[in-house]
Amino acid sequence: MNLTRHNGGLIILLSFAAAMTLTIVPLSDSLRLLRPDLVALTLIFWCLVLPYRVSVGSGFMAGLLLDALTGTLLGEHALSLSLIAYLCVRLHQRIRAYPMWQQSLTVLVLLIMHQLLTLWIDSIIGRPAPGISYWIPSLIGAALWPLIFQFMTSLRINFSVQ
Amino acid sequence: MTIDHRQHHLDSVRSFLSVVVYPLQWLVDLPDTSSEWFRESLSTRRELQEENASLRTQQLMLNTQLQKLESLEAENRRLRALLDSSFQVGNRHMLIAGLLSVDMDPYRHQIEVNKGSLDHLFAGQPLLDSQGVMGQLIHVGPLTATAMLITDPSHAIPVQINRTGLRTIALGTGSIDRLELPHIPTNADVRVGDLLISSGLGGRFPPGYPVAEVINVEQDPGNTFSEVSARPRAHLDRSREVLLVWPPELPNPDPRIGTSAETDVAEETPEDISTP
Repeated sequence: MNLTRHNGGLIILLSFAAAMTLTIVPLSDSLRLLRPDLVALTLIFWCLVLPYRVSVGSGFMAGLLLDALTGTLLGEHALSLSLIAYLCVRLHQRIRAYPMWQQSLTVLVLLIMHQLLTLWIDSIIGRPAPGISYWIPSLIGAALWPLIFQFMTSLRINFSVQ
Repeated sequence: MTIDHRQHHLDSVRSFLSVVVYPLQWLVDLPDTSSEWFRESLSTRRELQEENASLRTQQLMLNTQLQKLESLEAENRRLRALLDSSFQVGNRHMLIAGLLSVDMDPYRHQIEVNKGSLDHLFAGQPLLDSQGVMGQLIHVGPLTATAMLITDPSHAIPVQINRTGLRTIALGTGSIDRLELPHIPTNADVRVGDLLISSGLGGRFPPGYPVAEVINVEQDPGNTFSEVSARPRAHLDRSREVLLVWPPELPNPDPRIGTSAETDVAEETPEDISTP
């Protein structure tokens, strides 16, 4: 059991790396406003599936790296990703039992909380408020959740990440 | 977070993280760089010859203009000497850096430069392209540096209207092709097409570089200030290569770069202080 427990740490790392890579892939100006927050989605997935391996600490580290990547205030994403990681781990048994569309809704709430927190921090440091399109990535992220869930689950089964 | 925002004790953490994420940025940048490389290595002899010829004519034209500029500069210096005002037209150290084609936060106008503190870059260093001022560096890691463009909503650059010498500040608006000039009295002489040059007040940007062109002036007699907007001269969203400029008193390979960068950062955005 102990051997299998630490299986596939590399896959988890690689999935986060892939999500971050996709976060900074250059897109056209109109599309980049629509890009869903893949790092948050990856974090939510791993927190739901393996709450004993990926939780607040991983969320914090991923957030710090994301801050360095996107040039935001250091700790901004770290705080909000830690928060959603905490909520996910806390509620993982309940969320896992939900049907897919309810899971999507829960993910939407989590993503919006993540964005709201970054928005608060941004407004505290005096950045102007973005328009209504600021919230579109959350909607797209929640809409993509079933796909991402399927994909990551197959990944997880193929590489027997436990 | 507060520490990162208010003080700058976490700069070392950030530069460490920037090294950690550099492989990802390199990976994302790779298709662009390699396609550029392929294009260059596969271009035919004929294309190269054509490019060479056009570059040669361009250089000839620029050289001619430069001759005129040199005589003008000498004349300017002579006149300034007569007026007893100090003005240094120093040769500044420059470095050409490439941009990493990575996306940053979509609501911040930031770009990533592929040079870092290993090339003696420092925070607050001005960034130019061939047409005008682009922005300034805000974080410098060992291999990469992050720059804020002049159109970022939290950026301000002290400028001067070239035609009249009126000093003001240009604020970023958050849209890539517009700057805003607040606090211009309604009776001030500003016209569409006026060139804004950096005034050098605040000590961060070198004086005399083109920044933007006035595109809209709305003078409402009811208001105290007129609304003036300008378009940046630099190709902020198209440039692939940028020029990094060193202040003249600070030679390029300077061992004291670290200390000077700290003092530069310590004075909270001097642009804000230099109101007209």
